[in-house]
Amino acid sequence: MIGQAIADGILTGAIIALGAIGVSFTLQIMRFANFAHSELLTWGAYLALVFVGFAGPGTPTGPLSFGWQLIAAALFAAVLTGVVAWIVDSLVFRNLRRRGAHPLTMVFAAFGAALVMRNVVVLFWGHDSHFYTRELQIGVELLPGVRMLPDQIFILGLTLVVVVSLHLFLTYSRTGMAMRAMAESPQLAQVCGIEVDAVMRWTWILSGALAALAGVFAGLTPQLHPEIGFNLLLALFAAAILGGTGSLAGAVIGGLVVGLAENLSVLFISAGYKTAMPFLVLLAVLLVRPQGLFGEKQ
Amino acid sequence: MTGIFSYLVFFACIVLIFGVLALGLNLQWGFTGLFNAGIVGFYAIGAYTHAILTAAPQPQYLGNLGLPWIVGILAAMAATALAAWVIALLTIRLRGDYLAIATFGIAVSIQLVALNWEALTGGSQGLSRIPKPLSGVFDTPLAFNLWFLFLLAVIVGGIYVALERILRAPWGRVLRAIREDETAAVALGKSARRFRLEAFVLGSMLMGLAGALYVSFIGFVSPFDFLPIVTFQVWAMLIAGGSGNNRGALIGALVVWGIWSASGIAVTKVVPPSHAAQGAAVQVILIGLLLILVLLYRPRGLAGEAAVVSRHAAD
Repeated sequence: MIGQAIADGILTGAIIALGAIGVSFTLQIMRFANFAHSELLTWGAYLALVFVGFAGPGTPTGPLSFGWQLIAAALFAAVLTGVVAWIVDSLVFRNLRRRGAHPLTMVFAAFGAALVMRNVVVLFWGHDSHFYTRELQIGVELLPGVRMLPDQIFILGLTLVVVVSLHLFLTYSRTGMAMRAMAESPQLAQVCGIEVDAVMRWTWILSGALAALAGVFAGLTPQLHPEIGFNLLLALFAAAILGGTGSLAGAVIGGLVVGLAENLSVLFISAGYKTAMPFLVLLAVLLVRPQGLFGEKQ
Repeated sequence: MTGIFSYLVFFACIVLIFGVLALGLNLQWGFTGLFNAGIVGFYAIGAYTHAILTAAPQPQYLGNLGLPWIVGILAAMAATALAAWVIALLTIRLRGDYLAIATFGIAVSIQLVALNWEALTGGSQGLSRIPKPLSGVFDTPLAFNLWFLFLLAVIVGGIYVALERILRAPWGRVLRAIREDETAAVALGKSARRFRLEAFVLGSMLMGLAGALYVSFIGFVSPFDFLPIVTFQVWAMLIAGGSGNNRGALIGALVVWGIWSASGIAVTKVVPPSHAAQGAAVQVILIGLLLILVLLYRPRGLAGEAAVVSRHAAD
């Protein structure tokens, strides 16, 4: 029972972590809470559905329920969602930034953008659930009493690869270093000749791409619906703030903690209250250590 | 003809109830700069407190005490104020966007309680048979709505006058001083924390009152009346009307609810019932676009905040 809850928690945690990385970066680099981030997950999931609609999910490869087409769909969705995030910034947030708007005005605008984005999805697909593939899968018994689907194991592996590559990108590439510099101090970064607009563009594209992957993974286990991102909103923020904003490792660990807390809570409280767990984690962090695990005190 | 007239009366009642919500938010955001993203949570506490205390007794529920209307209204305000006070003690020191996240989470949790604590709240069924005030005297729906409209007009008028008074008084000026420059206000010996807390509790109490008025107007309560969209609607009202201006908050309630209802009617006329979800989505998209466009092109709203804070300032 506990073993299964931990396995489920790690899976949910991986998905939350991918989404939380973007939230964490926008909080640190753009300096505002982007409540529209959850909708990037939704858009990513549905953009992949569009691709799958044309290409098909592919014939199941090995134990997986899909073929290479779904992986291509995820990449397609990641690129497009990155562009969508950047377009939303150009249309809304950049204009507000230029005017020197209060950071909270940006939060209001983010909520507005989230309403529009989520309901555009409803407009096209309605509230019904959608599936990438209808293949049935048999769970693999990893440990006695702990089962996972091959798709889920695949998701965990791919998440690990993505996080490690992101770490290398942030550590060694020029853009990655510029992003970290901006996260630490926007003024200092600007003085050192870093192009602020370029860094912001890359931050949006990366956040959007990661969000899309999170959305596709959430849609794969097991279905898509227009609230797929919105339902994770609090979890994303809880993970980002728990980890400490601007920290990649923090967002990943934060995601895992929130995912585990959500799934382990079912052992103690009624499942109806499961969705309140991220909020309780968030509240505890804000009260005890507002800078998060890896954040610096401001 | 009477159909349109009854509809307008009903419409005006809803606008005034939203007006109470917008006035409460204006006190928190407009005057104090507190970002409350959980409006619907406080609205729900007021609504459920009223319903639990006044609904006709039924054996399967813990509440449903059948108490008089006025007791329900006062208790709803007290319960919401108490909840807001506890929440504020925990969260009021958070920086702006964290307060938004925290209050948003509180609203989600409150809705979960409403949905899951069946013995008290009726779960997804909600509670019905909530008495409407003086419905024995005004026994046709139109007569009752007209009477309720009058009642609401008196209540909203009273709140408006009271808010205008306290906001022009030293208390209200301190709120704005804290909003504009906390360090300066604290240097003058004002406790930013205390004033924030008071504004948050008072604003939330108004939201609770709005909830109680809503259920005693409609006659039943269900968790599906308290979805996050209500919070966004009230924001759109305040931002479009003019944050920091109580008249603006009321104008915003009228304009935004007008757009919401008109688009709703247009959608039901044009869109076939099989695509009702898409129609509703169009309504929400309009609210989101309105919010963004006002922030981008008319940040002061229809009626912005008055530039003069005190009639003594000119001296």
